[in-house]
Amino acid sequence: MKYLYYPGCSLKSTGRAYEESALAVTEALGMRMDELEDWNCCGATNYMSISELKSFALSGRNLSLANRQANNTESVSLVAPCAACYLGLTKAKRYIEEYPEIRSKVDGALNAAGLEYRDHVRVRHLLDVLVNDFDQRSITERVKVKLAGMKVACYYGCQIVRPYSEFDDQHNPTSMERLFKSLGMDVVDWPLKTRCCGGTLTGTVSEVGQRLSYILLREATRRGANVIVTACPLCQFNLECYQSEMSKRFNDSVHIPVTYFTQLMGLALGIPRKKLGLHRLFVPIPDGVESPAAGGAHVLA
Amino acid sequence: MSSLDNKHNGSARVGVYICHCGINIAGKVHIQDVVDIAKKLPGVTVAKEYKFMCSDPGQEIIQEDIKKGLIDRVVVASCSPLMHEPTFRGAMAKADGNPFMFQMANIREHVSWVTKDKGLATDKSKALVAAAVARVMFHQPLTKTQVPVNPNVLIVGGGIAGIHAALTMANAGKKVYLVEREPTIGGHMAKFDKTFPTLDCSACILTPKMSAVRAHPNITLWTYSDVVGVDGFVGNFKIKVKLRPRYVIEEECVGCLECIEACIFKHGKFKDEFNVGLAKRKPIYVPFPQATPLVAVIDPETCAYFRAKCKKPCADVCEKKAIDFNQKEEIVEVDVGSIILATGFKTFDASRVARYGYGKYPNVYTSLEVERLVNAAGPTGGEVVLANGKKPKSVAIIHCVGSRDANSNKYCSKVCCMYSLKLAHLVKERTEADVYNFYIDMRTPGKGYEEFYERLLLEGINFIRGRVAEVTDWAMTPDEEEKLVIRAEDTLVGKVRRIPVDMVVLAVGMEAQPDADDVRRMFNISCSHEGWFLERHPKLAPVSTLTDGVFLAGACQGPKDIPDSVAQAGAAAAEALALIDIGHVELEPNTAFVRDEFCSGCRTCMNICPFSAIAIDTEKDTAVVNGALCKGCGTCVAACPSGALQQNLFTDEQIFHEIEGVMNYV
Ligand SMILES: Cc1cc2nc3c(=O)[nH]c(=O)nc-3n(C[C@H](O)[C@H](O)[C@H](O)COP(=O)(O)OP(=O)(O)OC[C@H]3O[C@@H](n4cnc5c(N)ncnc54)[C@H](O)[C@@H]3O)c2cc1C
Repeated sequence: MKYLYYPGCSLKSTGRAYEESALAVTEALGMRMDELEDWNCCGATNYMSISELKSFALSGRNLSLANRQANNTESVSLVAPCAACYLGLTKAKRYIEEYPEIRSKVDGALNAAGLEYRDHVRVRHLLDVLVNDFDQRSITERVKVKLAGMKVACYYGCQIVRPYSEFDDQHNPTSMERLFKSLGMDVVDWPLKTRCCGGTLTGTVSEVGQRLSYILLREATRRGANVIVTACPLCQFNLECYQSEMSKRFNDSVHIPVTYFTQLMGLALGIPRKKLGLHRLFVPIPDGVESPAAGGAHVLA
Repeated sequence: MSSLDNKHNGSARVGVYICHCGINIAGKVHIQDVVDIAKKLPGVTVAKEYKFMCSDPGQEIIQEDIKKGLIDRVVVASCSPLMHEPTFRGAMAKADGNPFMFQMANIREHVSWVTKDKGLATDKSKALVAAAVARVMFHQPLTKTQVPVNPNVLIVGGGIAGIHAALTMANAGKKVYLVEREPTIGGHMAKFDKTFPTLDCSACILTPKMSAVRAHPNITLWTYSDVVGVDGFVGNFKIKVKLRPRYVIEEECVGCLECIEACIFKHGKFKDEFNVGLAKRKPIYVPFPQATPLVAVIDPETCAYFRAKCKKPCADVCEKKAIDFNQKEEIVEVDVGSIILATGFKTFDASRVARYGYGKYPNVYTSLEVERLVNAAGPTGGEVVLANGKKPKSVAIIHCVGSRDANSNKYCSKVCCMYSLKLAHLVKERTEADVYNFYIDMRTPGKGYEEFYERLLLEGINFIRGRVAEVTDWAMTPDEEEKLVIRAEDTLVGKVRRIPVDMVVLAVGMEAQPDADDVRRMFNISCSHEGWFLERHPKLAPVSTLTDGVFLAGACQGPKDIPDSVAQAGAAAAEALALIDIGHVELEPNTAFVRDEFCSGCRTCMNICPFSAIAIDTEKDTAVVNGALCKGCGTCVAACPSGALQQNLFTDEQIFHEIEGVMNYV
């Protein structure tokens, strides 16, 4: 299987730490993931809401570039760590392949740029790849660090499993929980894991948006979590960046680190904090939680 | 016996009749164009069209043309032969024509119903008519043979449907073999306390019928048994039944149950299937006090004796010496003329809808579990209690779990609204709890059903219209702490609601049995894509199947309540009785025959024939088919390396000319 990395806009800006940690983790696992050359916007949210066809053409271009870069091999996965990119690309792929009218229009646009659409490029979320293409035991064997007392709440948000559930259950996904158990961490039962984080409402109607984020954070804390891991740049941003504002607004003290799942994973694999972008967090993971645990012995025992 | 040398002699006179089928065909096919083409086809002497060929006047047109000597063979272009081939063959026979000098072109199901473009539909109709004409030129007059119908009947499944069919047949004096795979008959109905809409006691109306089955001289009841082989055809089936060892001799056991008392396990320890896991049973048990037959059964998976660690106190205490650890599986063979399948349904696995928390939260139950809780003979003696033994103060019933849902089953399970009303009433009666029904639409058509709904409204049961989003233990307010919270949109009020309750009941839908596909294969019938057994016609032949002599009763054919299951069981019995009363069946003359000049005597056909119908003529060293034994399966025809074997109604010549007919036209 050949993997190509599709960063999308967030991983080059607000979600830098996601890119840093994703690349560090995949490298540590010996997985080669070249960046897609000359990639463009995935066509998410705004395009999608205003002109679906343009959005499909944008994603269609990324998919045909991936095919070209992989020399037309049959087994290529375009890996999107950002949940919005993942959904945008998946939706475009499905529509292009299902509706001949859409396909011919997208093809027309691509042909004008000397490209053509091919069906076989797979769109994958990074979580899917790390959980399903790797033997979980081999991941455990690479664990170098025990994270004492870390209780993880795994947050999926909406776009990874809805509306398409390509690799996990729509209502009760469990991939991340399985991954973090393989990494030797405790996970908490937190049924809110696919509920809305507030999305773009945090920026537009902040009262509503923040309330949605607050519900998630409060319930995770009540259930004993002391870190939340996410697989989406917008979720991470909403859940982490407004905690002091929320504390005032809801007369509560909200304080819990929210990391990309790859950051906490990298920490367990013994990758230095800086390389994982952990220094960029507003609510840091406390110092000194790490202790050595060669080969994941404590998990395998 | 016909042979291919008998080519049509050029004097064949074909009548072609094109049916409008009202506007079913005429709305899409230019009928007159097809008639015009048909007139020009070689051999055709008459080509006509009519509004409804299947009607009496339609059939008379054909009959008159035969009588006038205008035609000696017929092509009707209309619907599927499944529908009206017998009609037209019958019409020909009445006019002294040979009914096998007939071919049907299906221009309804294969053309007008599935084609949008009129031009294309007309073209395809012309091609099919041309094919049928080319084929019928090579038809030979054939005669049907008659075989007697064995008056015995096999009924598979001893739920209420199977029981009712068995008693109806047995009371009519027929010998019935009833095969049930569980240790007792009764099916789902035996698990209920009350039945809607009358709330009559389920056991009171069911157990007399169960005992009647056991006592009836015309019924042989095999419980704990499976049908493992079905051979033959309508009127003459050969059935193999496997009787699993229950390690208790059925004829000896008097049902005193002392063996169960004596078992080294002092208390139940293993999953009690009858109580859907809500109670524990011993390795030796009867499923419930009115089990029929009331004979203990030993489960070898859990019995200590089978792991050589037990002194068999059960056997010692039995005065009748009925316990026999050496019992072996037994295969019995019986001949029957008809078969009624009544294998019922299974309830939807609620854990498939993860968001309702079944299997995660102990106070989320399925409706079937609650049927056991409200049952006086159930694990709690009829008390509705929570996992901690306390009575619930509030209960939510969620409708349509596994029904009307694109993620599981799209169909409506038909009984859940009504049984949810029943359970709401019973739960309220036993606990005085506040009961909330969350529904999409209330569906209560049926005699006395709407009135029952009305009654429940007056009893103060709450009804909230909206599909539940989730059941969660995530509390937002103090009164939600320690409760299950139902989140749902109340679509009548237009608000999202959170309702905290103590207990949740999931109204699980009905699904086909997990082994329905194996069963349908064994009995050579079809399933709908949801897995329900397929009836011959949804309206006009609802208990027949596409295999003659095999009938359906009850929920194996689709979701159904008890009144419908019983009505269908009666209908299936009537169909079987009609078959027996006629006394014989006519067999299609679709038997195989050998063209000696091509046969090398290789014996491939002989070894492959499932009915041992082929022998070798030792003098000529060629194969011969025994027409009385041949069932027309066609296996030998396909296997013959030299094409010596042919099958009546499907000779190479007929098929190749049919293909040519299409190709010439295209
Ligand atoms: C929770 C619930 C409550 C209900 N309440 C009511 C009510 O109050 N009133 C009402 O009218 N209806 C009610 N119904 C519907 C009712 O259960 C059905 O209408 C009825 O059980 C159908 O009867 P049946 O004989 O077709 O199937 P079943 O009751 O399912 O019986 C089928 C029998 O066949 C046996 N069997 C299956 N496969 C094989 C095989 N391969 N070989 C041998 N044996 C086999 C099974 O073991 C079983 O004994 C309720 C349904 C549910 C789920």
